[in-house]
Amino acid sequence: MLCDICKKNEATVHLTQIIENKMLKVDLCEVCSKTKGIQETTGFSLADLQVGLGAGDEIAGEAGLKCPVCGFSQADFKKTGRLGCSACWATFEQGLAPLLKAMHKSDRHVGKVPGKAAHTLIITERIKELAGDLEKAVRSEKYEDAAHIRDQIRELESKLKISAV
Amino acid sequence: MKINELLSSPSEWVRTEGPNSKIVMSSRVRFARNLRNVPFPGWAKKPERQKSLELIKPVVEQLPEMATAFSDSMDNLAALDKQVLVERHLISREHAAKNVGSGVVINDKETLSVMINEEDHLRMQAIKSGLQLKSIFKVIDKVDTELESVLDFAYSPRLGYLTACPTNVGTGMRASAMVHLPAMVLSDQINQVVQAVNKLGLAVRGLYGEGTEALGNVFQVSNQTTLGEKEADVIDRLNKVILQIIDHEENARITLLEKKPRLVYDQVGRAYGALSNAHTVSSKEALNLLSLLRMGVDLELFPATTRVIVDEMFVVAQPAHVQKAAERKLTAEERDIFRADLIRHRLKDVAKPIVATAAPPEGPTELA
Repeated sequence: MLCDICKKNEATVHLTQIIENKMLKVDLCEVCSKTKGIQETTGFSLADLQVGLGAGDEIAGEAGLKCPVCGFSQADFKKTGRLGCSACWATFEQGLAPLLKAMHKSDRHVGKVPGKAAHTLIITERIKELAGDLEKAVRSEKYEDAAHIRDQIRELESKLKISAV
Repeated sequence: MKINELLSSPSEWVRTEGPNSKIVMSSRVRFARNLRNVPFPGWAKKPERQKSLELIKPVVEQLPEMATAFSDSMDNLAALDKQVLVERHLISREHAAKNVGSGVVINDKETLSVMINEEDHLRMQAIKSGLQLKSIFKVIDKVDTELESVLDFAYSPRLGYLTACPTNVGTGMRASAMVHLPAMVLSDQINQVVQAVNKLGLAVRGLYGEGTEALGNVFQVSNQTTLGEKEADVIDRLNKVILQIIDHEENARITLLEKKPRLVYDQVGRAYGALSNAHTVSSKEALNLLSLLRMGVDLELFPATTRVIVDEMFVVAQPAHVQKAAERKLTAEERDIFRADLIRHRLKDVAKPIVATAAPPEGPTELA
């Protein structure tokens, strides 16, 4: 087996990380593992290394799934480790989730929100999303969760009213 | 503004001295942004890339921050000029390889640059001397807000700003500082620091980012993750870590001076000797020697005014800068000669290091 980075030397360092039942594997030679600073695996994300190599992990989900906007497919992601357009994020959302969890602090954005016009749109989208979650919670009889989600929806709705004034 | 006008004087971050600029050479913050439902540059076909460039470039040019700026399409730039821009950290190595359908806009002070159709539709960055991540963040955040009032950026409430690579999604922000750590390298502490910083979820890289060597004892420390943390918190965390790195480097210097003063004087003195007398020098050797000279300035072995000279040489000694200054095609050998001439010339008014604390050597014992 050859090293994933230099593709020349025999791989002698084999790393495996399991995140949410998904296995990520990287095989490296001694030289590359040292230059990448991999002496111990703590605090080190294989997902990041894999994407950095351009050898993208396969996106889980239906095979043959294609982005309706740009025609990008799972196979293309495997080849490049990059997506085709912003709509790909919605198309491959489920499959990307474990990868994002492995790579980042969480799978939810908490940073900058674009300007006011976009703001309303975002809140509306979020309410829609929460409404779906509410329905699911009620269906599975998780009433405590449902009440929590309902409060969130109300809060967002009041924000919408304020910005409409 | 023409490219030669832009390149004729060094970048502002090289000429000026920001806070903590003894150890922190520069700070940089970049945002990645994309247009909604338009293929990312890597996936787009040539006409699509050209179309998005034509859409984005005029908007960037109209920014008040870009009132006096250089702006062009990458295919109009000579390979050498692109390389000079890379050495000034104004474009990435990847962007230098782009041609038709990609562009760049840089302000006259070279503190702000926007790459169009690199890996993402827009990569905007601000760079300044010393440690000033917070004020730089404000600059680039304002630019982003101005741009988004005109351009429709891809954003999802759940995932934030959508980027071509999953490693950038969310804030799309990479904040970094270039730190000069000669004493930690000399005292073999650098690997410990790199590992500790890695554990905090920050990356340490070489002079030109991912996969590059730490030439001249210069390291780039940056955030790794972009999702699940606010921009201000990331900057704050990075800032704290950099301040600690500064502390460690300062301590390492004090310890070295206490325990092995002769080693320090020897290294600085030899670097000065070599650079002011060399007639051929590679860029790697030059950067490593300049690093020692820079530490010499910090330790007051040279007058404080020497710093700007050294910092300028740090940039000017690099291959594309040497080639550009020569104004003709040089072979690698000729380049090393030209570089040595250039450095000797700049060092001619810098006196040899003042080593006040070193005791005069005892004379040879007289033979009876």
